[in-house]
Amino acid sequence: MDLSLLKRRSEHEWVIEPHGAMRVPGVLFANEDLVRAMDHKVHEQVSNVATLPGIVAASLAMPDAHWGYGFAVGGVAAFDPDEGVVSAGGVGFDISCGVRCLRTRLRREHVEEKKKTLADALFRTIPAGVGSRGRIRLKAAEMDRMLGGGAQWAVESGWGERSDLERVEEGGRMRDARPEHVSERAKTRMRDEVGTLGSGNHYLEVQTVAEVHDAPAARAFGLEEGDVVVSIHCGSRGLGHQIGTEALKDMLTAGRRHAIRLPDRELACAPIHSREGRHYLGAMRAAINVALANRQVLTHLTREVFAEVLPEADLTLLYDVSHNTCKVETHEVDGRARELFVHRKGATRAWGPGHSELPGALRGVGQPVLIGGTMGTCSYVLVGTERGMKVSFGSACHGAGRGMSRHQARKRWQGREVVQELERRGILVRSPSLRGVAEEAPDAYKDVSAVVDATERAGLARRVARLVPMVTIKG
Amino acid sequence: MAPSSRRRFEHFPHEADIGVRGRGETLAEAFAQAAVALTAVVTDPASVRARQAVEIGLEEDDPETLLFEWLNAIVFEMATRGLLFARFDVDLEGRRLSARAHGEPVDVGRHCPAVEVKGATMTGLRVAQERDGSWVAECVVDV
Repeated sequence: MDLSLLKRRSEHEWVIEPHGAMRVPGVLFANEDLVRAMDHKVHEQVSNVATLPGIVAASLAMPDAHWGYGFAVGGVAAFDPDEGVVSAGGVGFDISCGVRCLRTRLRREHVEEKKKTLADALFRTIPAGVGSRGRIRLKAAEMDRMLGGGAQWAVESGWGERSDLERVEEGGRMRDARPEHVSERAKTRMRDEVGTLGSGNHYLEVQTVAEVHDAPAARAFGLEEGDVVVSIHCGSRGLGHQIGTEALKDMLTAGRRHAIRLPDRELACAPIHSREGRHYLGAMRAAINVALANRQVLTHLTREVFAEVLPEADLTLLYDVSHNTCKVETHEVDGRARELFVHRKGATRAWGPGHSELPGALRGVGQPVLIGGTMGTCSYVLVGTERGMKVSFGSACHGAGRGMSRHQARKRWQGREVVQELERRGILVRSPSLRGVAEEAPDAYKDVSAVVDATERAGLARRVARLVPMVTIKG
Repeated sequence: MAPSSRRRFEHFPHEADIGVRGRGETLAEAFAQAAVALTAVVTDPASVRARQAVEIGLEEDDPETLLFEWLNAIVFEMATRGLLFARFDVDLEGRRLSARAHGEPVDVGRHCPAVEVKGATMTGLRVAQERDGSWVAECVVDV
């Protein structure tokens, strides 16, 4: 990105002054290198979002921002409930895609001995990749209960423990979900997919804590150097995509009727109180529940595998975050508490210490912010900050972001070589698709450590621990 | 479908995702080839046998929305039936599309599917007639 288009407010804050139809400024949180590396489309998309009706304060971009459909991935925007809009492109198509992290009470050296058995057992048990089916077949009534109940539904159906729920956003169940707003086609796509990982950049990893950056916070999170954890990255599968795609078309019609001028079709949105807006919100919340249920069922399957291979393990949730959502939250704007519809697309909610929605054990320290890396690199656990609550609606980055297209990656690497190279480094990769592995090669992604470093320096969240993979199950 | 010496479908790179493009002497053929390009995101279309067929019928006001819905309908059939498609017979009459998609169930060992396509998008969505009278139909798909 051309730096002359930005005004530098501080070391890690860059402003796009309102121009054209922009109602508010754009703000990019990143260091100079990351901003330079961002393509011009991020500038255009952040500016486009700033033109939407009812946007509050600023259109934001996290340090890992890159091109997305309509809104940039890594975009955060809050809207006034009366004047504002909701946009499917502002949530993203994989609704409520996110990361869940489980502690195991096991140490690295102990798991190392059983690593291969563990990798093979996880690969047998966790449905992953194209054409895989879950263990659950949902009939209509049960489907609606899942859409309304999320991870709570999963726990009540025997897929987990009640204590899991307090470590999931919204207590494991998104309120105001409307299963009747979810189309039959979307439900059909989900019939066999609960408890499946999917493909693309989704994964399940056994990881070890390689480094602790913040000892008191790590203690509060129950993490120590050498501990083993499991991270699960996936979302609402085909259902979320179906809802997003249908809403895109629906909102284009609504936008025309409400005379919303759009510089890009993918920016389609509808007033929050319009029929289309309310319809999408009800369906989108049901899709959030699907993602929460999905990660809960995968948690249960993971526990089954550990019970068989490493029975001394005790898998408890550190936390579960979603990074593609629109949620109603209260934030202070210009000294006044306001209820806002906060879109986070490729951005993680990051509540600072003291937030009333955090469970007691975490309230003093802040929310765990789980940042997924790529296979073969590393992931991070961060913690929300007070500053983030003030400057980014309590939001932080979500991952590395691709640096290279799938096409380029496939030309550059062979899947088998990637697997062998990672095995030499002690990381066991299990995937049904070698081509998929090549397309997801670690070097096809940007450097997650640089993103996390900028997130910390911008004050959006603070590093707590760095995790490195031992086993990766790839879709 | 008439055999063609020229490759009628291709991909174009687009950020994290991938673009599918079909060409044809007729609009219907361009639509059919865009669908083959969609299969090629997942696997080599030549590895897919035409052993069963699915009927798809759609109606839209404009050709671009029709392409968007056509590709989304194929994504839906692939996802819910666990199929891959090798070949598409497409008929277009005004705003109405009727098609038969020929394929077989996913065989992970033989097809080595790389990635699921989750949906067509309106990014790079274009249906146009070229100067030589042939047609092109393309858009970016989300994987």
